[in-house]
Amino acid sequence: MASVISNPVGNMNSDRIKRKKKRKSLIKESQQNQSQNWKSEAQQQIYSSKLIQALSQVSLNSPSPSAPRGGRAVREAADRVLAVAAKGRTRWSRAILTSRIKLKFRKRKRARASPAVTAALVTGSNRAKKSRVSILRLKSKSLPAVQRKVKVLGGLVPGCRKQPLPVILEEATDYIAALEMQVRAMSALAELLSGGSAGSSSSAPPPSS
Amino acid sequence: MSSRRSRSRQSGSSRITDDQIRDLVTKLQQLLPEIRERRPDKESAARVLQETCNYIRNLHREVDDLSERLSELLTTTDTAQAAIIRNLLMQ
Repeated sequence: MASVISNPVGNMNSDRIKRKKKRKSLIKESQQNQSQNWKSEAQQQIYSSKLIQALSQVSLNSPSPSAPRGGRAVREAADRVLAVAAKGRTRWSRAILTSRIKLKFRKRKRARASPAVTAALVTGSNRAKKSRVSILRLKSKSLPAVQRKVKVLGGLVPGCRKQPLPVILEEATDYIAALEMQVRAMSALAELLSGGSAGSSSSAPPPSS
Repeated sequence: MSSRRSRSRQSGSSRITDDQIRDLVTKLQQLLPEIRERRPDKESAARVLQETCNYIRNLHREVDDLSERLSELLTTTDTAQAAIIRNLLMQ
């Protein structure tokens, strides 16, 4: 009797362990697939072509650009395309896409006030004595210096103002990689426009018929 | 079970372990060009956060400068669009 009862329990345990291992490996795989590879050449080319499409729609040649000056319009278009390239998987990309709609109805003054506040916070923390805080101490999260820096970082990454620390850190890692790709793509585009128009005809290989 | 719940309520996080936080900070540190080579445990968390803020601000500034440059290039050269399309087709 006892053996009959114990056997199914033993089988269940081994099955549960196998299922757990499979689930863990699946989760790891899905995590790897979820995060974009911002360093890949393909990703940069996708971004560049989308950016060019967006820029051609931005009316830079209007006689009097009213609120957004040319550079500002380009920056907003570049950020928007970057958020689209992220496919909405990250918080910062969703925040960029939704903030454009909000800013149209909200006054611009609030957006201008926040950079001044963050600048004051940064100078204050720089002047205070920097206490050596190891990463192990980060779990306390109650030290004022660390708290302030976390708040500043949350203000820099779009959409992370009121998020807890691990969310901010995760968003920041993805955001930094995306920004680096944005810089690479835009500088390549600028090089193309400034130097390419002159030498493109000479560098083009003639099509052999 | 109840002790875990009370601990999570104390720290305010949703059952994120400290090891995970440490991993995230290390991962972040790997991205920063300034302090990439140093030993991960040697850097203080405050230093990593500060460098991250500085780096993001630098990247924002670079994007702004590039945007200005691009806007000037796009408005001054009329043949810009033709050049772009030509270059894209040739790649």
